Amino acid sequence: MSAKTLYDKLWDDHLVKQRDDGSCLIYIDRQLLHEVTSPQAFDGLKLAKRQPWRLDANIATPDHNVPTDKAERSQGIAGIKDETSRIQVQTLDDNCKEFGVVEFDIFDERQGIVHVVGPEQGLTLPGMTVVCGDSHTATHGAFACLAHGIGTSEVEHVLATQCLVQKKSKNMLVKVDGVLGEGVTAKDVVLAIIGKIGTAGGTGYAIEFGGQVFRDMSMEGRMTVCNMAIEAGARVGMVAVDEKTIAYFKDKPFAPKAEQWDAAVAYWQGLTSDADAQFDAVVELDGNAIEPQVSWGTSPEMVLPISAKLPTLDSANDAVQRSSWQRAYQYMGLTPEQAITDIKLDRVFIGSCTNSRIEDLRSAAAVIKGRKVANTVKQAMVVAGSGLVKKQAEAEGLDKIFTEAGFEWREPGCSMCLAMNADKLLSGEHCASTSNRNFEGRQGNGGRTHLVSPAMAAAAAIAGHFVDVRGF
Amino acid sequence: MQAFTVLTGLVAPLDRANVDTDQIIPKQFLKSIKRIGFGVNLFDEWRYLDEGYPNQDCSKRPINTEFVLNQARYQGAQVLLARQNFGCGSSREHAPWALDEYGFRAVIAPSFADIFFNNCFKNGLLPVVLSEEQVDILFKECEANEGYQLTVDLAKQQVIRPNGEAFSFEVDAFRRHCLLNGLDDIGLTLQAAEDIRAFEAKAKVARPWVFNALR
Ligand code: SF4
Repeated sequence: MSAKTLYDKLWDDHLVKQRDDGSCLIYIDRQLLHEVTSPQAFDGLKLAKRQPWRLDANIATPDHNVPTDKAERSQGIAGIKDETSRIQVQTLDDNCKEFGVVEFDIFDERQGIVHVVGPEQGLTLPGMTVVCGDSHTATHGAFACLAHGIGTSEVEHVLATQCLVQKKSKNMLVKVDGVLGEGVTAKDVVLAIIGKIGTAGGTGYAIEFGGQVFRDMSMEGRMTVCNMAIEAGARVGMVAVDEKTIAYFKDKPFAPKAEQWDAAVAYWQGLTSDADAQFDAVVELDGNAIEPQVSWGTSPEMVLPISAKLPTLDSANDAVQRSSWQRAYQYMGLTPEQAITDIKLDRVFIGSCTNSRIEDLRSAAAVIKGRKVANTVKQAMVVAGSGLVKKQAEAEGLDKIFTEAGFEWREPGCSMCLAMNADKLLSGEHCASTSNRNFEGRQGNGGRTHLVSPAMAAAAAIAGHFVDVRGF
Repeated sequence: MQAFTVLTGLVAPLDRANVDTDQIIPKQFLKSIKRIGFGVNLFDEWRYLDEGYPNQDCSKRPINTEFVLNQARYQGAQVLLARQNFGCGSSREHAPWALDEYGFRAVIAPSFADIFFNNCFKNGLLPVVLSEEQVDILFKECEANEGYQLTVDLAKQQVIRPNGEAFSFEVDAFRRHCLLNGLDDIGLTLQAAEDIRAFEAKAKVARPWVFNALR
């Protein structure tokens, strides 16, 4: 038998059928549902009078639209001021009740961003195929899952058939060896990768992240990296199973128990690429050389190390890039050759499925402890990824560190990552954000997003502009 | 799903790379629980000068006359010409819903983001990949000639220019078949219900923990 990559193994273990025309039916183990991309799928089922194929494969929680303000939140769905948001969250509740899907609703302490909740509960387990109507489903690849985002028609397709029609992607290995410097985090690694290969560099590929840097990384860090695989164009990002992966699931509520646990561990241990497996593309970065990163433009590939100056238009690779940069400069209100440390911030957002886990909050709190948010910063907020992350942070006293420094301590949800709820930027404002997308208008019409790690966001909040967190 | 066979239609050029789905349909419109109503908000932030909100009467909003789709010569366009990595970012299917409702039936670009590409096929919208050079030629011709039309023939897998020359494109057999016949994917997959059950029976032995009840 020829050597296989991790992706090949996951694919083969879920292949139901290859049809004559080459298209494949892939079995889906777990589907995560949230309020934005599921209503039309449930509607489709109702119209066609179909039932979910396997109810227990599905789990739902509202996240995108839920208010993060404590007063608003305490009233549950009724407290959501925006009517369209309220209807959407209510519709998820109604659909889950009607069909019998398990839901962590707005009052459940397990509620949170789907990609934080799945692993936290052991609903995502190594070797599973995991889908969700959300492109950041790649996050779950950190546990050697074959996980990717799908559209609403596919959500309906999975509900009805437990399968997806797929074509196999090519294999890409992104290898980062070496040791990260003090103050350099998983977020900086993934931003540096995107800076190198570009937002379309991974299109058509399933990426496996390999090398010492990922072996040394915590599970939280691996989730941060896989989360942004989609920003490099790849639907799927993965890290092989190791001892850390297995330890992570010990005693998680929905993880297997007793003999089932032992059988699962034996299976999980095989979820690595064979030593002589062939990849269609290999990209290498030197982990020792990665600096803290800051995105300056309107695409995640417009990213630079903190020590850099913004690029001149003449240094663009081609006419298309030049015109994208030109437009980005205009939109961002920045000029070529400006130092990144000169960019002043109006708001700071620590949260999102990229960086809202306990480790992220600890790393930001360590920078903030005993300091104050600069008085030029209008708002700094921390939004935990789930009710349980929030509870844990409070048990560790992190909320006090944040609030004493002048940060707002919010209820869990997507919040200012995409500004579907009330949390958003005003036109022209610059925001240091630990989220994953700096597209035009992403955090509010005219808003200017800079993607950074939690530690870099924390340092920027204190300084009022970007600073190198190393030695801050 | 509506079938796609042959289309001859007016072309509109959107000369930007990496157009993301946040741009195609901004998030505030994703709060709808319906599949329709997104057309008027397609490219909302580029198309209008003010900030849009759901369920608004868009006919009274200030128009950005600079934006290409607002120019008189491109009214009624059915083919959108775009640059590389079109449809990147969020998985929202609202993007193809909005393009479709606006009136586009095909999008031609040198490359598309995977999820968007896939979502198009589920909605009778044909994404066509041509080479950078070919797309460049189409951009030039389109901008130089008012009323520029292209024919997109899915059965022949060709984009035919007004001078009769054709550019061939690839499309995988299954998607082509579904689109040509307007077939419902779910119905087709359910024809393999026996295979799915057989797979599950084996998987329950190999990986029983995957099938644990959630309550
Ligand atoms: S936190 Fe942001 S990126 Fe993540 S699921 Fe929510 S909206 Fe999407």
